Amino acid sequence: MAKKSYDVQVISKLCKACGICVSLCLGKPENVFTQAPDGKAVVVKPENCIGCLNCEMHCPDFCVEVSEKEAE
Amino acid sequence: MKPIYQEYFRNNLPHIWCAGCGNGIVMSAWARAMDELKLDKNNVIGVSGIGCSSRITGYLDLNTLHTAHGRALPFAQGAKMARPDMDVFVFSGDGDCAAIGGNHFIHACRRNMDMTLIVINNNIYGMTGGQFSPLTPFGKKATTAPYGSVDPSFNLCELAIGAGASFVARGDIYHAKQLTDLIVAGYKHKGFSVIEVIASCPISYGRRNKIPNPADMMQYVKDHTVAKAVAEKMTPEQLEDKYITGILHEAQGREYTEEYAKLCERVQGGDK
Repeated sequence: MAKKSYDVQVISKLCKACGICVSLCLGKPENVFTQAPDGKAVVVKPENCIGCLNCEMHCPDFCVEVSEKEAE
Repeated sequence: MKPIYQEYFRNNLPHIWCAGCGNGIVMSAWARAMDELKLDKNNVIGVSGIGCSSRITGYLDLNTLHTAHGRALPFAQGAKMARPDMDVFVFSGDGDCAAIGGNHFIHACRRNMDMTLIVINNNIYGMTGGQFSPLTPFGKKATTAPYGSVDPSFNLCELAIGAGASFVARGDIYHAKQLTDLIVAGYKHKGFSVIEVIASCPISYGRRNKIPNPADMMQYVKDHTVAKAVAEKMTPEQLEDKYITGILHEAQGREYTEEYAKLCERVQGGDK
């Protein structure tokens, strides 16, 4: 079975830089997100996403969106 | 933005809450519960009192009421009596529900009217500047308890069970999926459902208690909650500063609006 891949989006306008998504990310081998100098979440490695939805469910500002990519 | 958020939220984001506030997590968990239940939002009433958590109704695209401090439940009961066919959700905070509206809360439990109450417990009065509430744990600091609170706190779920609520559950913001399941179960239950949610307040509560970082606050919530099945195997010493989560009480009782309808029918001569 092919590995599932996910698309991760952050709506920067709504992000309040709390850092919860960064701390809860289970991305393998490393974090999908990083914090920009102003603290806001930035998606750097979407290919690491395992689709656990931790970031999406715990974002207090509704700005993270994870969707499964269509198989190619 | 996700379609379920567009469906149930008004287009007035970003919200007023601080960075890392648990209220937003509860709001999205509730939206997923609505999506799972496939409720028609025109048939749902959202009621709230005053406080940080009670601002939730300002962001929901429902029939909403933002009412007096502590009095969300009386307004909700009035709405339910007028329209028993509609579904009522009440959003309240720990200060709003347990302190200012404590009397309304126990009597709402006693009446067992079919509605779902979500109490967002962030352990503090957040909006008014961080005074300690009846749910601030013993020894924790607040603006009005700079050396630590000496008041023992309520166990809100046990209070609700004692007052006669027929469905009592506790969830937390770290276990957001479980929280959605609890809201769904609470809605499906016929009678008064109380769902206490252990939430975070990194600004008013966290800053004074050495957990100012929202991510650390999430970890704090995770470390201080125990599932009911696990808690049964733990000693009272181990459970001292823990919150037990899950469905804590479920019973069948007489539902108020149904009993009232029967009463009306009887005195109007339908059933001699």
